[in-house]
Amino acid sequence: MYHFLHEKNKTGGPGSLRGRRGRYAAAFVFLAVLLVVLVAANICIGTVSMPFHDLVRAIGSLGSGSNDLGAAVIWKIRLPRLVAVMLLGGALSVSGFLLQTFFNNPIAGPYVLGISSGAKMVVAAVMILTAAEGLILMPAAMIIAAFAGSMIAMLCVLGVSKKVSSSAMLIVGGVMIGYICSAVTDLMVTFADDASIVDLRSWSLGSFSGMSWESDRIIAITVIAAFAAAFLMSKPISAYQMGEGYARSVGVNIRRFRFGLVLLSSLLSAVVTAFAGPVSFVGVAVPHLVRSLFRTSRPLVMIPGCFLCGADFCLLCDLIARTAFSPVELSISSVTAIFGAPVVIWVMIRRRRR
Amino acid sequence: MDYYFQLKGLSAGYDGRAVVRDVDVSLEKGRILTLLGPNGSGKSTILKTMIRQLPSIEGAVYIDRCDVRSIAPEELAKKASVMLTQRITTDRLTCRDVVETGRYPYTGKLGILDDGDHRAVDGAMELTNTVDLGEKDFMRISDGQRQRLLFARAIAQEPELLVLDEPTSYLDVRYKLELLNILRTLVRDRNVTVIMSMHELDLAQRISDEVMCVKDGMVTACGSPDEIFSRENITSLYDLDTGSYDPFFGSLEMEKNSGEPRVFVIAGGGTGVGTFRALQRMGVPFAAGVLHEGDIDAQVASELASETVIENSFSYIRDENYDKALCLMKKCGSFINCLEAAGDINRRNLELAEQGKILGITEIKNLNRDAFSAEIE
Repeated sequence: MYHFLHEKNKTGGPGSLRGRRGRYAAAFVFLAVLLVVLVAANICIGTVSMPFHDLVRAIGSLGSGSNDLGAAVIWKIRLPRLVAVMLLGGALSVSGFLLQTFFNNPIAGPYVLGISSGAKMVVAAVMILTAAEGLILMPAAMIIAAFAGSMIAMLCVLGVSKKVSSSAMLIVGGVMIGYICSAVTDLMVTFADDASIVDLRSWSLGSFSGMSWESDRIIAITVIAAFAAAFLMSKPISAYQMGEGYARSVGVNIRRFRFGLVLLSSLLSAVVTAFAGPVSFVGVAVPHLVRSLFRTSRPLVMIPGCFLCGADFCLLCDLIARTAFSPVELSISSVTAIFGAPVVIWVMIRRRRR
Repeated sequence: MDYYFQLKGLSAGYDGRAVVRDVDVSLEKGRILTLLGPNGSGKSTILKTMIRQLPSIEGAVYIDRCDVRSIAPEELAKKASVMLTQRITTDRLTCRDVVETGRYPYTGKLGILDDGDHRAVDGAMELTNTVDLGEKDFMRISDGQRQRLLFARAIAQEPELLVLDEPTSYLDVRYKLELLNILRTLVRDRNVTVIMSMHELDLAQRISDEVMCVKDGMVTACGSPDEIFSRENITSLYDLDTGSYDPFFGSLEMEKNSGEPRVFVIAGGGTGVGTFRALQRMGVPFAAGVLHEGDIDAQVASELASETVIENSFSYIRDENYDKALCLMKKCGSFINCLEAAGDINRRNLELAEQGKILGITEIKNLNRDAFSAEIE
């Protein structure tokens, strides 16, 4: 083993680089194949089941304006939901990765730090107010409200992080902020009109149901823009992984960089909360799965990797949420927590061993 | 004189409060400047301000006659690289990844390294003997190995100026020496200028072209190693009151035991050093003689012994010194003879030992705690 490593190292950088690139490519292919499989499963499986050959036929008839029930279910319900799940799952995971980098904390994530709950609080407030006025909330307005809530929670977390140096205390602070925001939300829900609560109840538990092509378009625009911006920040992110001092010493403008990171991670998690409510553990767990799969934390690989893996993760969880106790649909967070929380425990044990 | 690096009236500190004041330094290209001083004196603050990790409060830093505040961060990163004392935690980064971060100022928008960058990384890792660590996880190696990799990272940045904050603190003796040799190589081959802080006085004395002493936020002395490494200067710089500093070797001796000497040590030519130190550890005050001036035994005995009989260097032992030694030996009541043989000028030391035996003074042969405490009682 040692001999082998030594030989590999003798050939210098490019040699080991080739091995590394092979691993990255294999991991991406794996995630992509998984995505295709999960997409197919998500389309086919459900209360109206659709065998694969029917699916092919339904896709063929999509354009012909057929009013086949199967085609309608796919086109109007499953496909929009599927697209939203992929985009939002990716957004959450990238947001988690950015937060973990920002706080140099392996168990940071939008849900754990209370950022999702902050978004939930403001969105709930806006929802209740608009419902009282008899208005319907536009998807874009939802995003803005969620973003405002995310930023409020984020500023609180930043305040906490200035005061405490221990990363465990930061998480405790974030969880507390999350509890406060949730309590305020509950309070508002309790005193809201019955009419406005109906939507709010299912949304505040977290669910990917009720997505339309209209909401998908807005999700896609925001998420893809934020993802591209995050990807373009790969270089300073990789410098920042060495700590603030070294990042500054190689020429990173720390103030601007931190501002960008806060903005992007809040925006990404805000989009998710606006449409699907708070979704737990995806943001914390997926970056770790990706790191283990790729055996690196280089942002250039991590950011697309997190997006893809987050999409896979949420497709799987949503499939389970929809089908496990069909026709009753589980809240998405209860499924993501079952898969995500053990990952967090595993990360902590792995760290402790060092 | 054409200086590459200058500090002019620099005051530096945190949140607008100065920790160090009025620092003035001028350094030519290709020189090594070492900052010495006790913990918390402000060395790191000065180093951090030099490379804009901290904003200066007053005064200015000039690199290549440009005020660093006027240099764009990316340009400054190509001129100066650093090694900091802060611990960094990474997650699944290999050692090579860490060294590669040094190429940041040279890579494009996405930070992808080209062949030239990889060559620079390879070169830095070969120079620092860290190639074998390449694929290991940066968190799963020793502190010393991490320090060498951060040094490699600083070299991979291909700087004109290397700023190193305690670069040798975790290294074993071999790598300490190696690091200093690499610095000398960089200075010779690439005309790199080095500014660093260090706590190893012996090494600082050997590597530095210039030394700056910092104490309580002030520069107390600045000059060549010969000027700086004097007993008085180092003793006052570090407030050494529980030991002493030997300017020839840059080494330290522990505090001498106070009280009347209880044993007389006959030594010379380095035979006594071990015994002197053993007695110091046991808490036994002792006298030593007859030692020749300039002899290493005389040097160490002057630091550790209560009383020492010293003869002029390369001179025969005169009667007066012989008598003085004999008198001391009688007073002590016991003696240790470290000499197995003697040469022309110190032959009378053997005579002294014989005389001791004749007079019935106890000779201690095995220097262990039991034998000795029995002897004292």
